[in-house]
Amino acid sequence: MTTTASSVLDGRCPTGPISERWEKRKNELKLVSPTNKRKYEILVVGTGLAGASAAASLAELGYNVKAFCFQDTPRRAHSIAAQGGINAAKNYQNDGDSVFRLFADTIKGGDFRSRESNVHRLAELSVNIIDQCVAQGVPFAREYGGLLSNRTFGGALVSRTFYARGQTGQQLLLGAYSALMRQQHVGRLKVFARREMLDVVVVDGVARGIVVRNLVTGQLETYSGHAVLLCTGGYGTVYYLSTNAKGCNVTANWRAYKRGAYFANPCYTQIHPTCIPVHGDYQSKLTLMSESLRNDGRVWVPAKMGDQRSPDQIPDADRDYYLERRYPTYGNMAPRDVASRAAKERCDLGYGVGAGGQAVYLDFTDAIRRDGEAAIRARYGNLFDMYHKITDENPYSSPMRIYPAVHYTMGGLWVDYHLQSTIPGLFVLGEANFSDHGSNRLGASALMQGLADGYFVAPYTVGDHIASRKLAPVTTDHPEFERCVGETRARIYKLLNVNGRRSADSFHRELGKLMWDYCGMSRSEKGLQQVIQKIRGLREEFWQNVKVPGSGNALNQNLEQAGRVADFLEFGELLALDALTRRESCGGHFREEYQTKDNDTLRDDANFSHVAAWRFAGENQDPVRHVEPLSFQDVQPVQRSYK
Amino acid sequence: MSDGSMSLTLKIWRQADASSQGDFRVYKVHGISPDQSFLEMLDVLNEQLIQQGEEPVAFDHDCREGICGMCSLMINGQAHGPERTTTTCQLHMRHFRSGDTIVIEPWRAKAFPVLRDLVVDRSAFDRIISKGGYVSVNTGNAPDGNAILIPKENADKAFEAATCIGCGACVAACKNASAMLFVSAKVSQMAMLPQGQPERTMRVQSMVAQMDAEGFGGCTNTNECEAACPVGISVENIARLNREYLRAVTVGRS
Repeated sequence: MTTTASSVLDGRCPTGPISERWEKRKNELKLVSPTNKRKYEILVVGTGLAGASAAASLAELGYNVKAFCFQDTPRRAHSIAAQGGINAAKNYQNDGDSVFRLFADTIKGGDFRSRESNVHRLAELSVNIIDQCVAQGVPFAREYGGLLSNRTFGGALVSRTFYARGQTGQQLLLGAYSALMRQQHVGRLKVFARREMLDVVVVDGVARGIVVRNLVTGQLETYSGHAVLLCTGGYGTVYYLSTNAKGCNVTANWRAYKRGAYFANPCYTQIHPTCIPVHGDYQSKLTLMSESLRNDGRVWVPAKMGDQRSPDQIPDADRDYYLERRYPTYGNMAPRDVASRAAKERCDLGYGVGAGGQAVYLDFTDAIRRDGEAAIRARYGNLFDMYHKITDENPYSSPMRIYPAVHYTMGGLWVDYHLQSTIPGLFVLGEANFSDHGSNRLGASALMQGLADGYFVAPYTVGDHIASRKLAPVTTDHPEFERCVGETRARIYKLLNVNGRRSADSFHRELGKLMWDYCGMSRSEKGLQQVIQKIRGLREEFWQNVKVPGSGNALNQNLEQAGRVADFLEFGELLALDALTRRESCGGHFREEYQTKDNDTLRDDANFSHVAAWRFAGENQDPVRHVEPLSFQDVQPVQRSYK
Repeated sequence: MSDGSMSLTLKIWRQADASSQGDFRVYKVHGISPDQSFLEMLDVLNEQLIQQGEEPVAFDHDCREGICGMCSLMINGQAHGPERTTTTCQLHMRHFRSGDTIVIEPWRAKAFPVLRDLVVDRSAFDRIISKGGYVSVNTGNAPDGNAILIPKENADKAFEAATCIGCGACVAACKNASAMLFVSAKVSQMAMLPQGQPERTMRVQSMVAQMDAEGFGGCTNTNECEAACPVGISVENIARLNREYLRAVTVGRS
């Protein structure tokens, strides 16, 4: 049974006119003097857009920063794979964009399940991000006159997306990484690569350190500090197959959850409509085809069920451009959750194409005819090449086949307006937190949020935390560090000594399939109840039957994976429980029982206009559900319409 | 696990850690599908090794979509294998034939020591970047993005240089283990942009000095690096690096 706590969570949002709140709060925040900053240590875990930008910016301010990543260098964090672009309310196109419109689009896109104050701040900061990145030498796409170029993304009627071909994430991350490496050079920052965070150390109720495993030597290392920033990304790989990198995991967040950080809205997962379909049991990941492709590509399926003709033999009259048909205003640029469900609906009814009928066409024929192949190549060349390499089909001559896949997770550790979790001193940035996208993220907004959090929010609010608290000196000799290391070591020992017959990967695949089948694009009361039992069963089997070869005192990728799978086997249950408890549909969370007659989400604002944040209550105990009510003053909640 | 028809013999470099002696071991895999990626083929091998109670082969990988630069592997003597402009993770088994023997080794370079099996230490690249691969601009100091006009051609060229994924294939492919293509890509990106001008002279000198200190070899214009580069970084950048360096040491800080 689920218990809901009676006390209400306070997001510490400022009051007053929405456009003045961040300014007002900045003026209230306490400052650390420039000469004192060097006395403070800040630990940043994860070096994606949020982590690298926060680490660099805090080091520039004068703090001593340590940055940790599990990859071999900070430049490889999965932000690197973001393709299409980054939103900013610059209104360079003179098409009526404004901070308010970006704010309102994001609130609406999130299906009225995000915090107004946070989202407005994000829209305000979006313009600074572009300026900062340009100054760093990020080579955004330009027009012939030398000005920055824009494209359109889903859920918007303006062109506000800045991009660097189909590699925007790479260019932004390399910008943040270069800032990070510069701080390493000047001695304010030190990078600890090939380290995986396995615990947060809380002393006197405040986050004061971390335990990491050195992935080369296997040794457990401890680091103490005055603030800990988790910038550890999302949990999409709980589904096994996703567009995330293989190493993406929930472990850092899950360890923090077990130390007292609440986990908010885990059921808000984003299924991206345009990915290369699954093609075999051996498959290890899915590949995204950027949403930007929908600027020029048209989505369709044959109008007649089971039409086996090759796509170029099907005349327009026999095609169903179902997004354009259902959503004439937004057409192919409908938001991700809407476009994904529409694809699923067509395929479930038997209109899908390709082997197994689990795909729809994304067709560039009209665009190539209109603009020429060279223009399309200039816009999306790398994406077309990637498609060609994976499928062995040339998308310039035949339409892409695509299907939705897990891509992003809107849920994450609960944070207040300062991005601070329920553990004081533990900040959570970027995809790892829950704050800005509600129940559905709009395209080109993840890069924006990661960099807003890192460049422009955390540098202020972390300072306030340090200046407002009397933090007693704590070193890694503190007994709490010893206790956390002991517990981490015991967990590793346990994994290595089950000595069963199944690989961690096989458990991960099985869990992923359960999550996708019962907790993916559509969910039901009965299915969720079943899957919780199934996950428990699988978890039990894992601890009796997993086989992790090798030792803990060396580079052991299997051990790394087993630890992550063990956490996913716990986390998956929380995700399903959250989905079960949220008896409404909103954004990416689609409950079959709650839908409009057009198969769109049906919210229940009277009962669910709130954030659900889960508190760990102890091993084998039901977690406690806490609630933060949401209120909307500046954008009135309505039934979303993209028609 | 696998639903294909290919059978392969794999000759793989195994090495317990940086200080141990390594050697080749031979493995067989069956039922590989031509649509499988090279790393998914190695996944099948590792699953097989776990079942047999042996330690799986360690190899670096992460995004598996050709952009993070983490995967590596010398495949039959070629960095990232036989396909042009393709990372190992994007290489598919349809480019091999059933019955093939495939030799798989780590990157080999003094500056990239082997950590275990096929995993090498590429932190030398980070140290080179830390010496100048950036514009020194603190957060919060930026003028409006459109205040800096950049001709499209320059922006495009800078972008092309900036697409380097830092995988190290250029070093592995080079008989001298030179890092010139890697360094030249970053130097070129900055040299072609107005933002890079103030530090242009210092940047090239300090990055080249660090490159030398790390033990990378010199460039003898074999162009093997360009042929191996999975993202098609051009050796034009090396020519530009040489010009930039010459300019820096002769004209100096003018």
